[in-house]
Amino acid sequence: MDAIKITNLTKYYGQSRGIIGLDLRVGQGEFFGFIGPNGAGKSTTIRILLGLVAPTSGSAKIFGKDIIKEQKAILQNVGYLPSETAFYHGMRVKEILKLSADLRNMDCVDEANMLCERLQLDVSRKVDELSFGNRKKVAIVCALQHHPDLLILDEPTGGLDPLMQREFFYILQEFHKGGATIFLSSHILAEIQRYCTRAAIIREGKIIACDSVEALSKTNAKRVTVRGHVSLDGLEGVRDRKETDDAVSFLYSGDIKSLLCALSAGQVSDLAVSEPNLEEIFLHYYEKEGEDR
Amino acid sequence: MTIVKHELKQGKTAFLIWLASIGSLLGVCIFLFPEMKAQMEGINEIFSSMGSFTAAFGMDQLNFGSLVGYYAVECGNVLGLGGAFFAALCGVDILSKEEKGRTAEFLLMHPVSRRRVITEKLMAVIIQITAMNLILYALSVGCMAAIGESIPWKTITLLHLAYYLLQIELAGICFGVSAFIRKSGIGIGLGIAAMMYFLNLIANIAEVAEFLKYITPFGYCEGADIVTNGSLDGVMVVIGMGLCIIGIAAAYLKYTPKDIQ
Repeated sequence: MDAIKITNLTKYYGQSRGIIGLDLRVGQGEFFGFIGPNGAGKSTTIRILLGLVAPTSGSAKIFGKDIIKEQKAILQNVGYLPSETAFYHGMRVKEILKLSADLRNMDCVDEANMLCERLQLDVSRKVDELSFGNRKKVAIVCALQHHPDLLILDEPTGGLDPLMQREFFYILQEFHKGGATIFLSSHILAEIQRYCTRAAIIREGKIIACDSVEALSKTNAKRVTVRGHVSLDGLEGVRDRKETDDAVSFLYSGDIKSLLCALSAGQVSDLAVSEPNLEEIFLHYYEKEGEDR
Repeated sequence: MTIVKHELKQGKTAFLIWLASIGSLLGVCIFLFPEMKAQMEGINEIFSSMGSFTAAFGMDQLNFGSLVGYYAVECGNVLGLGGAFFAALCGVDILSKEEKGRTAEFLLMHPVSRRRVITEKLMAVIIQITAMNLILYALSVGCMAAIGESIPWKTITLLHLAYYLLQIELAGICFGVSAFIRKSGIGIGLGIAAMMYFLNLIANIAEVAEFLKYITPFGYCEGADIVTNGSLDGVMVVIGMGLCIIGIAAAYLKYTPKDIQ
């Protein structure tokens, strides 16, 4: 059974585009990445899945349950970490955690204590006094303390220091090993590349690529770094060109023979050809789509 | 009942401040009565010779020398206006504050239906208003006993019942407004309460505007009518409760499918 199955999902806010005809499937137990720039439709997709906004058309199911008809049953098994969380004024961390558990009719004290200890979160402090990072920790505990089967994370590491980010991903990996499905929406492509098995790229409300992270990283484009002096004039398929005094680095997706000719005509002291990282792939997809339009 | 408890905790400070404010004003008014009573002959003449102002506050029909007449006008205004403002503020922010404070996302990511959220928040509003009125009723009766006056149970009970219904009606209307707005509704809430109060004053002054009594909940809270008739105007109460139900129904209809920002 799919953990998430989105079929032809569309959302318009009045005349403004949210998402258009989105189709997406996330298998149970997957660590799935959802990539896209601001305004691409990531948060709209997540908010529809959680029932915060209603779709204009289309449907979505979580663990086979319709997101509109069976929202309550779905949310019982979902943990959501928003990119920015606001809590009620005047409440202490422990009161927020208890309120969250009470709203689920669950006693999560032991799990909450364990998570707070690992994230070094002082439960006696008032939420109003907390830094952005510490408020994020409160939201993490709220999202995880009931041991959900599906975790939906929207830019989860914003505000966390590197040590806490590492601890947070250790926790996520433990949940994943325990069978939880993780849907990670992030701008930080290194996170997606490191932890996710599959990913989808969303652009202007549409999925433009969805595959395993490994397959997404395989592209015709190569990162070419040349030390010496080479003329790239007239060479087609050169992108993302970065030059220093004695070196040039670029993404190349053109004819290899033409590249070799250009290199042999120049003075090359060193040459490296490597696979681009996901960030470069992401830019590649966006530029390609931009050109296609 | 988690949301009810949470709302009551969140509203505790505001509740205590309003209770202390209205309660102390009410108490002071009652404790002033013995002194007022001693000078009543002169005062009655002054109050009954102020033309439209006298009619606006129903002072042409009430005897200020009696506890009932004095209470209906003086304390009625404190209880009416204070209670109306409190009820309007209770209702108008209860749903909208979640979006304004950006806590809606936190609340609605839990397995609670929108209907449950609306119902429990409505219950919290009604509990606060009921608690406020019961305490003020007990306080008034206690103060009357303290100044050695015999307590006109029926009239006092009817007056308090009328103001309780007024507050429920305003809270219901403002509850409906709360579902439509995303920002603070304090201005709207206070505006509705004040507008209703002034509509009643206009209805008291001008005969052509008497129909306004059927629109404003202050119409069935008119102390002079309650004291004279010994009952509330059933038609006005039914219209008022109808408006309250429309407000609550609008809240359910609007908030259940609302896109949360």
